[in-house]
Amino acid sequence: MDSTIIMFFSALVILLIAMFHVAYLTYAERKIIARMQQRLGPNRVGPRGLLQPIADVLKLIQKEDIIHPGVDRPIFAIAPLISLVCAASGLALIPLWDRFVLSNLNVGLLFILALSSLSAYGVILSGWASNSRYSFLGALRASAQVISYEIAMSLSLLSVVLMAGSFNLQDIVKAQLSTPYKIYLIPQIVAFFVFMVSALAETNRVPFDLPEAETELVAGYFTEYSGIRFAIFYLAEYFGMIVMSALAVTCFLGGYAGPFEVPGLPFIWFLIKVYAFLFFYIWVRATLPRYRYDQLMGLGWKVLIPLSLLNLFVTAFIKLLV
Amino acid sequence: MSTTLIEVTTRQRNSESWEEPFFINMGPQHPSTHGVLRLVLELDGETIVNCDPRIGYLHRGVEKLAENLNYNQTIVLSDRLDYIASAANNIAFCLAFEKLFGLEVPRRARLLRTIVGEMARIASHLLWLATHALDIGAMTVFLYCFRDREWLLNIFEKICGARLTHSYVRVGGVRLDFTKDIIDELYKFTEEFPQRILEYETLIDVNRIWLKRTRDIAVVTAEEAINLGLTGPVLRGSGVPYDVRKFRPYDAYDEVEFEIPVGERGDTYDRYRVRMQELRQSNRIIRQCLDKLPETEGEPVLAEGAPDLLMPEKVKEPEPKPHPKKGFIFTGKEVNIVPPGEAFASIESPKGELAVYVVSDGSNKPWRLRIRTPSFVHIFAIPELTRGHMIADLIAIIGTLDVVLGDCDR
Amino acid sequence: MEELLKEIQEKFSKYLLKVEERDCPVFVIKREGFLDLIRFLKEAGFNHLIDLCGVDYLNYKPEKKEERFEVVYHLYDMEKKTLIRVKVPIPENDCWQYSLTSLWKTANWFERECFDMFGIKFKGHPDLRRLLMPEDWEGYPLRKDYPLYLEEEREWKFYKEFKAKAKGQKV
Repeated sequence: MDSTIIMFFSALVILLIAMFHVAYLTYAERKIIARMQQRLGPNRVGPRGLLQPIADVLKLIQKEDIIHPGVDRPIFAIAPLISLVCAASGLALIPLWDRFVLSNLNVGLLFILALSSLSAYGVILSGWASNSRYSFLGALRASAQVISYEIAMSLSLLSVVLMAGSFNLQDIVKAQLSTPYKIYLIPQIVAFFVFMVSALAETNRVPFDLPEAETELVAGYFTEYSGIRFAIFYLAEYFGMIVMSALAVTCFLGGYAGPFEVPGLPFIWFLIKVYAFLFFYIWVRATLPRYRYDQLMGLGWKVLIPLSLLNLFVTAFIKLLV
Repeated sequence: MSTTLIEVTTRQRNSESWEEPFFINMGPQHPSTHGVLRLVLELDGETIVNCDPRIGYLHRGVEKLAENLNYNQTIVLSDRLDYIASAANNIAFCLAFEKLFGLEVPRRARLLRTIVGEMARIASHLLWLATHALDIGAMTVFLYCFRDREWLLNIFEKICGARLTHSYVRVGGVRLDFTKDIIDELYKFTEEFPQRILEYETLIDVNRIWLKRTRDIAVVTAEEAINLGLTGPVLRGSGVPYDVRKFRPYDAYDEVEFEIPVGERGDTYDRYRVRMQELRQSNRIIRQCLDKLPETEGEPVLAEGAPDLLMPEKVKEPEPKPHPKKGFIFTGKEVNIVPPGEAFASIESPKGELAVYVVSDGSNKPWRLRIRTPSFVHIFAIPELTRGHMIADLIAIIGTLDVVLGDCDR
Repeated sequence: MEELLKEIQEKFSKYLLKVEERDCPVFVIKREGFLDLIRFLKEAGFNHLIDLCGVDYLNYKPEKKEERFEVVYHLYDMEKKTLIRVKVPIPENDCWQYSLTSLWKTANWFERECFDMFGIKFKGHPDLRRLLMPEDWEGYPLRKDYPLYLEEEREWKFYKEFKAKAKGQKV
């Protein structure tokens, strides 16, 4: 009984911390991009605009929840929640520190992959239920994109699994630390590259933000959403970014381990690495134009999947020999 | 556009394997149709089978309005056509009216007009680059361009007090002379601007995604481009060196040196390159005109017989008669200030060839004022260019044609 | 250029009503000979149709016009750098003109606009609909007898509905 309560509370704490991160990730994104584009970014609410995320949340909660008469109501209401739950529950499996992981699943990596595939349902259902053509096109794009990049991503992670010999994320980190080079980035540089590109596509970020391509499909699958439901989609996107960064850190960069221990702050290395990845996401957004739909599929099927397959075979071969 | 949507649907409905086509109504409210353009798209997956542009949402009846305003008042209307580069429209109107009135514009005014026209071209091309890049997804270029456009608009504000709708050019010359301050600022701008162009180019010129999105998109051959009536950078991108500034020089273009950049393949990337080169040429032209300005120091900027701003219909022709007591008095018959007739003038506006055809009946209002705007013709070409491309390309195509709906609908 | 002008004058003397030299050579030609002239000009190198527009000469004072409308074409030769203007008078009660869409695709919308504004029908046009005005608009706005302000009862009926809606009234 005690363990359940502790579990519940630690989940709550993690959720709150993650929410805080999401809120300030939006702020950081706006500030960093503003900096790159020679403008100021949010600077009105609070000192240096630091209260802007809170103001945004308040505004979005207050807004009218418009549900136009053509929609399929239950699905329309459920779809954002599916997206959010699937994106956020991945956090439970990430080992934040060697004695702290919310649920130490044996098949943790598989579970995260399954969740990120499931989150496509939120997108597809929202596009379908909106009964709008732009949403529908956005949903079609999203489903195609998620399915094809899912494969490349799984294959790239499989080679990590092969190296570590386990699906458990905690074990993967420990296996990394026992190797001479401490992180899997060095032997698995190809897998890392494939993973990063597919992670961008999984989370629908620039240059693969086709499902919500503003200039083409207005807002893609959430064209018809407003108010808090719209905010939930945004939350899901940023949760997705955080989970993907955390996964990259866990699988390729040695997780919570750092060059030296910082007394009293066991999370610090994990957080620094995650922030580096998040900065990368934002940086890419400020730099690159958007791919076209068919070019995106071409890149996925013709470049990334063969590359990761090859990498998998080579890894397996070396593993056999050694 | 040889077949209407209705025909297409009836044809398909009658065939055996008929499936309901997927129609999308893009616009009039859409983030990237650059205004109120409405495109009715018939899609097959993401590929565009048919596209039917509907315009007229910004139709203000400028041609009808002009028939009820006097000549000087119509220039204010011209600002509202292509509001991105309104100085170019002013020049086109004034050239036509001056041809009609038989006015000779002083050299200084011609130089000033050329500078203003080229500034408008740079401002327009910068906005084009900004929106084109934003449509394709490169957000940073957008703000970089706006930064420099802001500088230019500030100079415009110094010149005539307005940022977008200038009405700076007048029939017979320009409204005000440049102050020294403005000339210094322009020198600084021309000094700095080539580096700024390099900045944009490093962002997107060799970017693989940019190349993928623009190479071999909407290819137009030279013949087809002429047949479609395309002009300006779009035509030059197809390799036809047709530029009104060289072919029928107006203002001071015959005394400045510049080149006409042309493309080879006639695709979206070539048109992008042509416009980037044009930015450099415009900068060069401004520089040359600035260098020539001191030669004309002190000259008037308005022709002698230029009509008054209020433009009465008739004026008294001064005929001095000696009077035994009062010295001289002026009597005389009233004469029309506008001769009846017609005139045609066209200029190279940033978007393409802007032609004005004016018919006069001798009164102070034009009998008929016809404006041929480049955007009107370019929007007509959208269905021809998009056939077989994807939705994402359509966005790139609207961007590359550089249409302004105020210019199209008039 | 002058040779060409002479050739045109000889070849089309039957149809030519007037030849003038204004800011560019101007030909006023009858509708019957118009298509041949344009074809001849296009072959002679005038490949760029700059503009096509209608003019309404109702009660035009300076000059007595035989017919009410005129369609004005501006053609340009990109190689010889010459501009030419062709005018075709169109009578009011027989208000049509030959379409140029088979020669220039760009003529399509110009003609549609001309039809929209003046009511001149273009024979052989593939898709002659209104372009700038709404499809159910009555009258041709650029005609001289079209009033600048309409009386209330003759206003476009949708506009009345919109106005009522904006005020919150029922139609």
